[in-house]
Amino acid sequence: MTAENTFVRHKKPWQYQEGKYTVTRGGAWTGPGCHDGCGVLLYTDQNQKLVKVEGDPDDPYNQGRLCVRCLDVPHVVNHPDRLLYPLKRAGERGENKWERISWDEALDTIAAKFIDIKDKYGAEAVVFNQGTGRDIVPYMSRLAWSYGSPNYTCTLSGFACFIPRISAMAATTGSFWVSDCAQNFADRYDNPEWEPPEHMILWGNNPVVSNADGFYGHWVIDLMKRGTKFITVDPRVTWLGSKSEHLLQLRPGTDAALALGMLNVIISEGLYDKAFVDKWCTGFEDLAERVKQYPVDRVSEITWVPAEKIVAAARAIGKSKRVALQWGVAVDMTKQSLPACQALSALFEITGNVDRPGTMIRPSSFLAVQSGWGWEFLGEEQNKKRIGLSKYPLLQYGFTCAHPDEVLFAMESGEPYPIKASWNQTNNFLACMAADPKRVIPIYKNLEFNVVVDLFMTPTAVALADIVLPAATFTERDGVLATTGSQRGGVINKVTSIGEAKSDMEINLLLGKRLRPEAWPWNNVVEMFDSMVGTQHMKFAELREKGPAYMPYEYLGHEKGLLRHDGQPGFNTPSGRIELESTFVQMIGLDPLPYYEEPEPGPVSSPEMYKEYPLILTTGARTWSMFHSEHRQIPHLRALHPDPIIQIHPEAALKYGVSEGDWVWVENHMGRAQRKVELTPVLDSRVVSTDHAWWRPEAEAAEPNLYDVWKLNINQLIPFAPGDSGFGANYKTLLCKIYKVEEGER
Amino acid sequence: MALKGLLIDYSYCTGCHSCEIACQVEHGFAPDRWGIKIAEIGPWQIKGDKWQYSYIPAPTDQCDRCAKRAQEGKTPTCEHHCQAKCIEIGEIAELAAKMTRSHMVLYALR
Repeated sequence: MTAENTFVRHKKPWQYQEGKYTVTRGGAWTGPGCHDGCGVLLYTDQNQKLVKVEGDPDDPYNQGRLCVRCLDVPHVVNHPDRLLYPLKRAGERGENKWERISWDEALDTIAAKFIDIKDKYGAEAVVFNQGTGRDIVPYMSRLAWSYGSPNYTCTLSGFACFIPRISAMAATTGSFWVSDCAQNFADRYDNPEWEPPEHMILWGNNPVVSNADGFYGHWVIDLMKRGTKFITVDPRVTWLGSKSEHLLQLRPGTDAALALGMLNVIISEGLYDKAFVDKWCTGFEDLAERVKQYPVDRVSEITWVPAEKIVAAARAIGKSKRVALQWGVAVDMTKQSLPACQALSALFEITGNVDRPGTMIRPSSFLAVQSGWGWEFLGEEQNKKRIGLSKYPLLQYGFTCAHPDEVLFAMESGEPYPIKASWNQTNNFLACMAADPKRVIPIYKNLEFNVVVDLFMTPTAVALADIVLPAATFTERDGVLATTGSQRGGVINKVTSIGEAKSDMEINLLLGKRLRPEAWPWNNVVEMFDSMVGTQHMKFAELREKGPAYMPYEYLGHEKGLLRHDGQPGFNTPSGRIELESTFVQMIGLDPLPYYEEPEPGPVSSPEMYKEYPLILTTGARTWSMFHSEHRQIPHLRALHPDPIIQIHPEAALKYGVSEGDWVWVENHMGRAQRKVELTPVLDSRVVSTDHAWWRPEAEAAEPNLYDVWKLNINQLIPFAPGDSGFGANYKTLLCKIYKVEEGER
Repeated sequence: MALKGLLIDYSYCTGCHSCEIACQVEHGFAPDRWGIKIAEIGPWQIKGDKWQYSYIPAPTDQCDRCAKRAQEGKTPTCEHHCQAKCIEIGEIAELAAKMTRSHMVLYALR
């Protein structure tokens, strides 16, 4: 480290008294799930009950602001349905009959079972599944790898969230790039080096509702106030879209074609940054040749975006002084997401919007544990058994996960080896993450042993778990801001206790000590955090007093030799440059240049099916008050969005005979789910949009009802079908028909 | 007693509901009671890319300007937590002087 970390000046200590309340400062991360980790002030009464959460005005990240989910955290923490004790299954799986057991019995039972499986079949026979948005990547990966299983993964087809973006950028530039909203500086927008983007592209992302890790969505409003203009690419006219200089309403799943068409304009009109391309990029000639296949007229036909709008937006990007690309999961959720992400990346790469103020910057990492912790405990022999390596060789290059689809297929077929048990932490996959949940459920029922760790009982736990462990919320535990919001270092502080719930990290520590003690040498979680924070020459207690801590950031890292291990100028790729034609992608036998493939099924790729299912369905619309499958049992938050909805244009509603408020079945060749109709002009009349991850905690838990998950889970219409690279899946590009729900079906 | 003002710069209001929920939890209101409530005006297409699409928070008769917080020297919770930082409560004349652009609304409060 060449320069010192910057700390935030606080007016008060990390804990103080205010009237009858104790106020404790810290980060809000997690559960409930979140991708931010805002600075909060937690108010507790004399009985250590959490009564209120306020935003911490001193924290540069959120500057006092909070979203509704954090404001209402006390109702989550103190909810009567929280899991309070470890539970052992007392009936058949799915009957929702449980017996309370002690933590020792629960952990000893799990450890004995996992050790027995390891002896008989090898540690690779246990799969470790995580969900998203909870603070467990370092700890759970360490649990899997120190136990000896290379099969640390999730249940999302094609890792279709965030990871495709990271993979594409890492493969072609050696780094990951994010929009510069001055988040790397403790003084934020006042930092003298920072300038606001002249343009921000909001691509497949409505950041005020939903945002990627470490990006506080309302920063875009801060930018708007500072003069940033917006280019919105979205199938819906969002509020931000309606305030944008350019609004490109595309057909879902055609993102790569649109980006290639814009590149065509930028290159053919000479609007790219020639000096930057000459000095810092390779493969430009081949890219220029490739984009000739995407003339604007053809792209307009594919994407439904008028040609003149494509040209105008491309020119704005080409001529702008500072462009930032704020993109969303919609691009990850196209099947061939690797070439799509390459195409989008090329937009900021060839225009030289790289590592200058107000463009695309490298995310800082206060603790280098984002993609896992404790890899050294796995060993090469076990790593070779990682499922998916042979089919998707990109997983060999810096990726540490097993492939989710391949893991599922292995469970189903017993090839290349049998899977016997699963550990599922922060993952309610039957309601949310998994595609095709009716295919998934018998596969997991066939396993000898399943453990689920969560805040509340869920459809996944009821259907599959043999042991359920109660997880703590962030207010019930100490922790470090390890991955989300990684540009700053900070802590999470325990202020309350609920039943016998334990933190995710303590659960992993206690089980890890039983499975592989030398990998878990700490007596308690604070000792473990001291060891992690020690990489920054600090202790947990010091970071608690002084944090958040900001690492020094230097722009133009490629010019200063900051990006490569050899200290030379350039990017951390084989050629030392940004590879518009990717060496890594070529090495694994795929097309090294960006390209577009029609969504399948879709109006172009399967016209016969389009006759039967005449609407394009995009799923996963985010809502203000719910994080994926969470928050359905929290009254104030549920009131903001009581039912799953399907948005449809009034003309389409008329055509298909449905009205505002009607309950309809949304159906395709795979399955169907119920939705409530909401009429809106913000969609093309050929497209419908719906939210995801629905179940009803108030409904019958036991099978076959399973909290109404089979009535409501929209993923019943989605197959496990990843892209050629292994990254990406069409969660957001489907075909469907809609028709009214009959009386008695609800 | 002189009237106070509640100024909303609704060109930036995203409709995120933080003011509503912050108020509900501060005052212990049920999910169907509000001290401030957001009205959605739109969306409808005016012409081409021009859309009517606004959110305008409005105080209700249950707004007490966070009297208890004021005693502790704190800003009202809706202003504190507004994610777009577009709410300000204060002296009505001072706030009126800040109304220099379109898409602003000033409420008079007791």
